[in-house]
Amino acid sequence: MPGVQLGIGDAWWRGLEAAGLSHARWRSLPQPIRRAVVLGAIGLLALVVMAPLNGFDAAAYVAFAVLVLVLVPSWKKVPVVGKAIVPLLVLGVFAGYPYYAAKLFTMPILGPFPGMNTMVDIAVFGMMAVGLNMVVGYCGLLDLGYVAFYAIGAYSAAWFASPQFSSHFINWGAPDGAIGIGVRGFHVSIWALLIVAAVFTAIAGVVIGLPTLRLRGDYLAIVTLGFGEILPQVARNGQSLFNTGFNLTNGPQGINPVDPPGFGNGLSSLTGGILPANFTTDVDTLNIYFYTGIGLLLITLFCSIRLRDSRLGRAWIAIREDEVAAAAMGVPLMRTKTWAYASGAFFGGIAGAFYASFKGGVFPDDFYFNISVFILCMVILGGMGNVWGVLLGATVLTYLNFEGLGNIGGWLNQHLPAGPHHIDLPLYSFGIYGLVIVIIMLFRPQGLIPSARRKAELERGVHDEPLYDVEAA
Amino acid sequence: MATEARTEAAPIGKTWQRPGFVPLTGLGLVLALLLWLFYNLYLHPADFFQVLLIGVTLGALYGVVALGYTLVYGILELINFAHGDVFMLGGMISATFMTEVFGLHNNPSIGYLIPVLLATLAVAMVGCGLINVTVERIAYKPLRGAPRLAPLITAIGASFILQNVGLVWKGSGYTSVPYIIRRSSNVFSVAGVTYPWFRFIVILLVVPLLLGLVYLVQATRQGKAMRAVAQDKDAAAMMGINVNRTISFTFLIAGLLAGAAGLIYVTYETEIRFDQGFQLGLIAFTCAVFGGIGNLPGAVLGALVIGLIQAFNEGLTWHSPGSTWTESIVFSILILILVFRPEGLLGERTPEGG
Repeated sequence: MPGVQLGIGDAWWRGLEAAGLSHARWRSLPQPIRRAVVLGAIGLLALVVMAPLNGFDAAAYVAFAVLVLVLVPSWKKVPVVGKAIVPLLVLGVFAGYPYYAAKLFTMPILGPFPGMNTMVDIAVFGMMAVGLNMVVGYCGLLDLGYVAFYAIGAYSAAWFASPQFSSHFINWGAPDGAIGIGVRGFHVSIWALLIVAAVFTAIAGVVIGLPTLRLRGDYLAIVTLGFGEILPQVARNGQSLFNTGFNLTNGPQGINPVDPPGFGNGLSSLTGGILPANFTTDVDTLNIYFYTGIGLLLITLFCSIRLRDSRLGRAWIAIREDEVAAAAMGVPLMRTKTWAYASGAFFGGIAGAFYASFKGGVFPDDFYFNISVFILCMVILGGMGNVWGVLLGATVLTYLNFEGLGNIGGWLNQHLPAGPHHIDLPLYSFGIYGLVIVIIMLFRPQGLIPSARRKAELERGVHDEPLYDVEAA
Repeated sequence: MATEARTEAAPIGKTWQRPGFVPLTGLGLVLALLLWLFYNLYLHPADFFQVLLIGVTLGALYGVVALGYTLVYGILELINFAHGDVFMLGGMISATFMTEVFGLHNNPSIGYLIPVLLATLAVAMVGCGLINVTVERIAYKPLRGAPRLAPLITAIGASFILQNVGLVWKGSGYTSVPYIIRRSSNVFSVAGVTYPWFRFIVILLVVPLLLGLVYLVQATRQGKAMRAVAQDKDAAAMMGINVNRTISFTFLIAGLLAGAAGLIYVTYETEIRFDQGFQLGLIAFTCAVFGGIGNLPGAVLGALVIGLIQAFNEGLTWHSPGSTWTESIVFSILILILVFRPEGLLGERTPEGG
């Protein structure tokens, strides 16, 4: 088995056995009771250790009660709707977030809960992580250039919904009030552009994939890395391609402003204002972006899960587990891998286009190699191949990146003995992610929430186990 | 496979085969490159040779870094992403030692420069060797039996950690070192082509390193063990070679080379920043792939070619894309090689590569 055994677990169980609770007896208890005990212990620990530091209020107890309600009972055993209950509860917790976020307590060390801006970021990066998971998690192809797809998606939205190509003027469904007077360029509705960007990006995925996917794992990784380096440089240098004066990307300044999404005055008044006419002029802009992000994320999740269970998805997993065996069973390697690439790219494109519209601009400095590793880190942390784990990884890391690390740094600077050093924690964020990657790969390669299949694969080493090896009794 | 079918269908006795699309395209690209070079040579011959010399210097520097990649790849089949960052740390160690310990200033006397340079070289090499061995111990060794992608992922993590070590140590700005040699003193200056000493010293430092490496790998017991482990780990273990120790030794050698490269780089460019190692590491990796990864002479040859291409791109005047496109060009070359000739210039075609 790969990874390192710490021996802490053994010592832990030996200690408990002395107190009369052996590992076997613990395993024999019903699962809800075990979960209740673990959660209770965590809650008690929080109460004893954290409360004096921080002072919880009623909101903390409510939040804990919700956590217990979601996690403890065996919701899966409920007939008919059982499988859907936990996801629906989690979705409910997320969907209601804008309404109770202001009433939440301050977390110890981490500070306040994420603001709505960060929640939109979480939805976008969640989409990208789920997209990358199709390539890395399902198909086992290490893609170190996912940021390229994000960039293509963002730029394709920016080209068709901004004043970039000002020698033309086309307005196809841009929300009312988004285009200033006398502004030219293409202005296509963002909703259409989400699809256009996704298709563009998927095509780019195929173009990148076709010549390179026949390479072995680590060569593929380096080629994708190469594309991930080339595309941002093209974006940075693209204000006059080949000295022809053709301005493709507006160079280092980026394309700015990109039109916001919106449904237009007609649809808005028809639905009584439920569908906003223009996201940026609406009263609670961030909430609308958040719900749109959650909606897109749900679509991505749905597609991801359905794809995984489809014939194609099973072929991906077969390739991941053993490429030679899969080929021998008649799985067309090239075509299947290209599809994995294209599907992963597709959702990266949607996320990129939506993000460009949310931020109102596209800047080449957003597309560094670091972002590829950041998204890869989400997939690894959460558990390669498991969408729920990947979502958890995306939530945790995006929160840490945009708010959490800053808060932790602030707390450290406040509480450490005053010295000459001011710790700028967000500056070292990528060192921290690197540490996370190494620690996870060494101690828990299956991730926080492993997919059962991937875990078995990692623990038993499917790749190296000879078929005729009979386990000794 | 398609070509086999075609030869079978061809009439007996007809040995000439129509070359396929892929080799022809590759040949076309190389021809276009040569034409561009010759036209530039025709336009400004002096500039051309000047740039050529810069390219050879750059190539020598890349070669030392590329050798570190190729050594590790040859023995473990692992792309050691952290290697570029070890090289960066080597540069920082050298910069610190030269300025803070030895108090080097601009244009020191040669009698003072040589001992300082040699002492710094030793410190940087040993320091980087130890860093590289530590990285191997912590991040790669526990994952020997894991799926292939696992150590590759930890390598990326290790690379980020080392980058941040540099960031914490030296901050986000450049760390600079003094000019060790007056920029205007030339080795020779013939017909408008000059070759200054500060470039030539790169070659002077690289050549003994390469000779030492060749001696180590070809003529010593430890080198023989390295070659054996690279060929077949199980068989090497059966012959009584301590495989784990040989791997650690390889990482040590790669680290020593990275440290030396760090010193050479920092004296050549006179500044270093925490994120430069990764960029240069990727270029060096491209050199290693170009020459045929795992192949030591190949890495040096590839490095010379890439160094020349970079110099020509940045230095020639007629229709050259310029320095803002250097990375794109190098990575495009990487992709083209992997597509057209995955075994590289000197490598052998392996079933996995092709």
